[in-house]
Amino acid sequence: MDKIDFNKLSSYQLDVLKEVGNIGAGNAATALSKLLKKKITMCVPNVRIMEFKEVSYMLENAEKPVIGVLIQIVGDFSGYILIILEYETVGLFLNNLAESTSIRFDSPGEEFEFSEMELSALKEVGNILAASYLSALSDLTGLRACTTVPSIAIDMAGSILSFPAIEMGKFCSNVMYIEAGFYEGTNRIKGDFILIPALEAFEVLLKVLGASES
Amino acid sequence: MTMTVNIGMAELKALNHPGILITLGLGSCVGVALYDRKTKVIGLAHIMLPSSANVKKIDNEAKFADTAIVKLLNDMYKLGASKENIVAKLAGGAQMFTLNNNSDIIRIGERNIQAAKEKLAELGIDVVAEDTGGNFGRTIEFYSDDGSLKIKRLGYGIKII
Repeated sequence: MDKIDFNKLSSYQLDVLKEVGNIGAGNAATALSKLLKKKITMCVPNVRIMEFKEVSYMLENAEKPVIGVLIQIVGDFSGYILIILEYETVGLFLNNLAESTSIRFDSPGEEFEFSEMELSALKEVGNILAASYLSALSDLTGLRACTTVPSIAIDMAGSILSFPAIEMGKFCSNVMYIEAGFYEGTNRIKGDFILIPALEAFEVLLKVLGASES
Repeated sequence: MTMTVNIGMAELKALNHPGILITLGLGSCVGVALYDRKTKVIGLAHIMLPSSANVKKIDNEAKFADTAIVKLLNDMYKLGASKENIVAKLAGGAQMFTLNNNSDIIRIGERNIQAAKEKLAELGIDVVAEDTGGNFGRTIEFYSDDGSLKIKRLGYGIKII
């Protein structure tokens, strides 16, 4: 038996995890507003639990090109945060941050080249989102952790998503992720946060939040 | 009529000829494709982790290389395949992210490939072709017609092994 089955979490435990997502996304929206010098608002995050076989399809199309930014967490609480940005929506970041005008987002399969500057800007966005999320987690739990230099991958959604699936697959029988959406005016920036706690971190998290089973 | 089945993470399937098995967006996971040259029975497993050794109770055999290969072979035997005619092709096992440390999770793709090869060697099944490693995702399509494995990458062409 796997140690954690997200389907067996109580509705209270799920609410706690959702609240972490909520605060994290709120912090992230504030940080993004500052970074982009535009008012960014967020919608209430959604916590989803999936079977492994569904993971590749969580963004509807497993072959859709996405940008994944992976950040490692070290400290009282260890694990990873994977942020997935959808191709169509990164233009907003790049136009603001890297003054990019040359990127084509309309023809997946043909144009995948980002400049170093653009990649660096996307990593920074990932970094800020992860740090905001982590700071919410720290405030709520008193656990201290920091992030390491992000790694970026641009590839098919399914292949990027194999990372959290494998890592959680070591001790979970399914996968949990928090879907957050941001708005700049009417532009929707779609982002998915996947918090990937190490097993001990997960136990610590639920315990500190007063939501452990026993 | 040709049957086409999509295989998700930690799933496996065996099919009679004519059939096509597909798995989309394979990353660090490994696709183990088995083909019976005589009966044209095909099987595909989308493996996530190398070994079930430290797992007390296995609730999904398709998750691990060692258990998935055994289960897939058994499913193929039930469709009339026999071991001496079966050959293997491998795809996937990429390293999607590069972090500073060279931890096991980062090298998981490599370990998945190695574990699959070890299990196949132990069972006496030849690996006749592979497209593994690298830092990119793959979509694979496996055809019972001739046991060919079609591999697609984002922004690159199609490769058949």
